Amino acid sequence: MDWGALLLSLKLSLVTVVILLPVSIVLGRILAYQKFYGKSIVQAILSLPLVLPPTVLGYYMLVFLGNDSIFNKLFGSPLIFNFSGLIIASIIFNLPFAIQPVQRAFEAIPRDIREAGACCGLTPLKVLWKIELPLSWRGIVSAMMLTFAHTIGEFGVVLMVGGNIPNETKTIAIAIAIAIYDKVQIFDNEAAAIMSMFLLVFSLIIISITYLITDNSNHKHE
Amino acid sequence: MNKIGVEVQLYQDKRIPLTVEFSCLDNEVLALIGPSGSGKTTILRSIAGLYQAQKGLIACQQEIWFDSVNNVCVAAHQRAAGFVFQNYALFPHLTALENIAVGLTYLPKSQKISVAKKLLAQVHLQGLETRYPSQLSGGQQQRVAVARALARQPKVLLLDEPFSAVDQVTRKRLYREMFELRHTLSIPIILVTHDLNEAHLLADKVCLLHKGISLQTGTPTEVATKPISTTVARLMDQQNIFTAEVLAHNLEKNITQLNWQKHILTVPYQNKYALKQQVNWMIPPANILLHRKDRVSNGERENPLSGLIIESMLLGGYMNLVIQINENLKTNLHMSVPLHVAKRNQLQCGDIISVSLLTEGIHIFTHT
Repeated sequence: MDWGALLLSLKLSLVTVVILLPVSIVLGRILAYQKFYGKSIVQAILSLPLVLPPTVLGYYMLVFLGNDSIFNKLFGSPLIFNFSGLIIASIIFNLPFAIQPVQRAFEAIPRDIREAGACCGLTPLKVLWKIELPLSWRGIVSAMMLTFAHTIGEFGVVLMVGGNIPNETKTIAIAIAIAIYDKVQIFDNEAAAIMSMFLLVFSLIIISITYLITDNSNHKHE
Repeated sequence: MNKIGVEVQLYQDKRIPLTVEFSCLDNEVLALIGPSGSGKTTILRSIAGLYQAQKGLIACQQEIWFDSVNNVCVAAHQRAAGFVFQNYALFPHLTALENIAVGLTYLPKSQKISVAKKLLAQVHLQGLETRYPSQLSGGQQQRVAVARALARQPKVLLLDEPFSAVDQVTRKRLYREMFELRHTLSIPIILVTHDLNEAHLLADKVCLLHKGISLQTGTPTEVATKPISTTVARLMDQQNIFTAEVLAHNLEKNITQLNWQKHILTVPYQNKYALKQQVNWMIPPANILLHRKDRVSNGERENPLSGLIIESMLLGGYMNLVIQINENLKTNLHMSVPLHVAKRNQLQCGDIISVSLLTEGIHIFTHT
């Protein structure tokens, strides 16, 4: 078991969730309640990571954040093959996993309940805090759990943007791949088996909890 | 601008067309009535600040809430409007008491619970403080919604079909409670309903809406019995609407005479219509008097007519009758008589009966 890779994956997942939590609440709420010109295109862009192969996403990240990018020219350091670059990649490929469930959770709150908050004298911020968040927290928590699990398991973009630098960019998913490629060839796949089983069980638990929360949410106020 | 009560003027030509003007004074209940899609709820939402019309003015207790000319539009949370939503819109994650306490934003935390308890008691829900909305009946939910709306110390109370989601027995009880409640409040109350009986029962004034236009405002009886147009009469569920010609005016006797399908009808004096002018006239069923077969009464001298009962239908304690006055012109009069009267006179389809159209009950208006 590559503990360094596991710790790095956990750290990356946690940072991604901490950043995406407020982002998904703000964007999810806007997409749920606001009508604006170009909303469909915004939603399409945010959903791109769902359909694009990680290699395409990774390629564009190399183009925009790599050694020859404008970013490097402006700030003097590229955002690839280091942890900061990994965070940016992680945030981008997790956008749909974080935003869409939050958006659905906000959409599920009937309009008159939100309006009743305003009619009770609550400011929009208080309506969010006292009415909307308590009614949508299950959706938000499941979104964040999915984001966490998805980051732990992400392989393609991480490899392209981060490479395989121990304790810097080598996450658990990369470590498994390396273990399989390295050790299967020398007929020793024990490490790969242990780490794969760990990820399988971990993902199963996270997804089960997510379903449990969503189911409870559906039955709660019937 | 009205110094007291609420004044509403809304105009809009796209999406939901609106041409609405009405006012409602303190201590007054105004019912916005009209068929589905006539803009009733949109008007209520505009007053609450949940919808912004293109043009108009909304003033409440000397405060301007909306003024399109001067670009004023006060946000919903800053308008003291108590709103009872059609399905009550109670916060499902909060108890009855907490729902009410949400509206007490102006009180310190320590006082919120005690004031919320008082409001809950005011709507007869003591003991149900800790129940969630899903654990309350429809009637109880409605009361919590009313208490929550009042918690805000509103300057106007807006009720959006508050009785539509409960059964008939509960509805009658809630009517009584609403009747009592209105006398304890000194603010204007605007009630949206499509039930004319409800409007008659609870409102001092009705504003009839059709396709976003306020057609007529007045007391429920006035709008029902003195409609200004055929559209108003039809929307007020009046069925006896006909066309006649002005025959004569008699100021001395205070009457006008009409020629209606060769019958001469005497109606209240109305000299604004010229002789020989075509006018519409209507009579509510309650002003059609059945002639008893066994006894002649004074009322029988007023506009007597006879016809064939072609339809009879029992509804509650009344029998609704359709009487064919003129077979060739298919002119039918609709009237209703108490069931005991129908039984005593052995009324049934195929009978020929005589009726009188009470002069005072006939209303004439411009022919359209």
